[in-house]
Amino acid sequence: MAVKTYIAAITEALDLALEKDKDALIFGEDVGQNGGVFRATDGLQAKYGEDRVFNTPLAESGIGGMAIGLATQGFHPIMEIQFGTFIFEVFDSIAGQMSRTRYRFNNTRSNNIVVRTPYGIGTKTPEMHADSIEGLFSQLPGVRVVMPSNPADAKGLLLASIENNDPVIFLENLHLYRSLKGEVPEGYYTTPLDQAAVAKEGSDVSIIAYGGTVSLALKAAEQLEKDGIKAEVIDLRTVAPLDIASIGKTVEKTGRVVVVQEAQRTAGIAANVMAEISERFVLNLKAPIGRVTGPDSIFPFAQAENDWAVKAEDIVNKVKEVVDYD
Amino acid sequence: MSNSQQILDFKAQLELQDTTFPMLQILNEEGKIVDKEGLKRAGLSDEKLVELFKSMLFARQVDIRSMKLAKQGRMGFFGPHAGQEASQMASSFAFTDEDWLFPGYRDLPQIYAKGWPIWKGLLWSRGHQLGNEYTTDDGKPVNSWFPQIIIGAQYVEAAGVALGLKKRKKDAVAFVYTGDGGSSQGDTYEGINFAGAYKAPLVAFIQNNGYAISTPRSLQSAAPHLAAKGWAAGAPSIVVDGMDAIAMYLASKEARAWAVAGNGPVVIEAITNRLEPHSTAGDDPLRYRTKEDIEAWWKKEPLVRMRNFLTEKGLWDTDKEEAYIAELDARIDADIKKANNVEKQKISSFIKNTLEVPSQAMAEQIAKFESEGK
Repeated sequence: MAVKTYIAAITEALDLALEKDKDALIFGEDVGQNGGVFRATDGLQAKYGEDRVFNTPLAESGIGGMAIGLATQGFHPIMEIQFGTFIFEVFDSIAGQMSRTRYRFNNTRSNNIVVRTPYGIGTKTPEMHADSIEGLFSQLPGVRVVMPSNPADAKGLLLASIENNDPVIFLENLHLYRSLKGEVPEGYYTTPLDQAAVAKEGSDVSIIAYGGTVSLALKAAEQLEKDGIKAEVIDLRTVAPLDIASIGKTVEKTGRVVVVQEAQRTAGIAANVMAEISERFVLNLKAPIGRVTGPDSIFPFAQAENDWAVKAEDIVNKVKEVVDYD
Repeated sequence: MSNSQQILDFKAQLELQDTTFPMLQILNEEGKIVDKEGLKRAGLSDEKLVELFKSMLFARQVDIRSMKLAKQGRMGFFGPHAGQEASQMASSFAFTDEDWLFPGYRDLPQIYAKGWPIWKGLLWSRGHQLGNEYTTDDGKPVNSWFPQIIIGAQYVEAAGVALGLKKRKKDAVAFVYTGDGGSSQGDTYEGINFAGAYKAPLVAFIQNNGYAISTPRSLQSAAPHLAAKGWAAGAPSIVVDGMDAIAMYLASKEARAWAVAGNGPVVIEAITNRLEPHSTAGDDPLRYRTKEDIEAWWKKEPLVRMRNFLTEKGLWDTDKEEAYIAELDARIDADIKKANNVEKQKISSFIKNTLEVPSQAMAEQIAKFESEGK
């Protein structure tokens, strides 16, 4: 195992996928010779040729349509949308088209497409670059939304997403791209989709997080431990559909839950998690479920990111509220 | 004229736009050949001419029977296509089984031309999952996407297929249809532009039937010719008399040859007309167009001129037509019966068709619906 950045793990996964699967294609704006605006596809065009890794015209909808068309011809498209919030331009290709292909054609056709796109607060991007958009996609039947929180998962989940025969929205945290390093196993491996992971064992309270907030939750758990609170951190990894069994397991174990998301409070993944717990595991609860989220405003102007963003301290405070409930 | 004078002569530029796209016509409204060279270039044998006319009669008969079913409440959503037989059937006549069709919701006849059975079209219209399986009755795959409801989406998808065919080095193209309203969509431009940038083999049809539901063509664009939209993507673009089957066939054949040779996309604007309502979903064309206008277009309809042409050549007569219509009706009757007899859809199968590996919540729902027999 070697220590790698989150983005290096992604590049490695793409490299391995292109090597293993001759039908895998990578395309998007500036992903070719330039290697992507974040260097996620650095060196891949030189290694695999312009036929397999190529730039597109600047039109997200066209990119989505092209992925669907290429999938029809037996290719395995890995398309990139340069920044997550530009995905509104390609919403029909995702929500109206590729998500419905298997259903629409009565299971005679499917779209094995991976939509890679970055999101995430903390790098002071200009407007509409870093918004959390997973909630929008979580409502769509027919797609998976995968959000890795660390380099090892980024590699394994991306390879699993590419192998998967249904569309996957693969959201990469652009703040973690270079700020987070971790041990990454060598060679080709996959990390299962639709399965949450226990990021840290604990017995007093469960912190359920995903993507960029997992490292915040781990930091909070460390602080809480100093106060004698043993928090279990659950990393959802696939945020839609939810791994209800794993959520249930931790709720049964601790009886106290705080759900954390970087996105705005209303109608997001946290709300889905809380609803599943309320409906299925309410008798295991010793306190109301706590929720830590961004405020219900538009994503902040760059200078206000620090005030707007969820912090480890917010999680600590909410956990204490939930633990001290009775 | 100095250079700046010429460049800045906006009025002249508009006049140029107007005169740049003369309309290709080979067969006039009376069924007389007005372009002998064009007829020769089309290269249709007597046998092929009859086959082409029969495919148009087929489309018309399906339309007539579908409208009857609609009146009886036995049809679902249906976009009538009477008047567009040349634009639809004569164009698809120029493509092969290997070519990929991307139809709009009014373009069921082109899918039938590829061997998709009528009963599946009826089921598509009524809203049944079996309607969206694209195979012939003997199980051969049909290279067609579904009749796209989201106007313009078929264009970007067809561009992707065209690129895929090029990458696979196939001797085939993607061909795609939208209407005059559809030419205003961003996806329509993006599709042609992507195919142009990759020199991908795409033949893009704009069937200009004068109306997008109630909105007249004049309100879609100030461009005097919708074909001009192809120029913005660097694609050769032409205007064709969409009521003239031979012109439509020739244009499609030449466009296919150009695209398959690696030159990129071609845009064909077919000037046609929608002789019936927009759809069976309660549209009344008399709210937005005159009876006289509709009647005038019925006189120009594509079957009349093709029938006159073939009769004149001694290739067609009333007896032949009656016999063929009877044959079509029997076939349509059998297909209606087949569509009526398919099994009711199960909600559990909808969930199973949503993801290859169902989620935990979906697995619970499948079990629940299955236990209820739904």
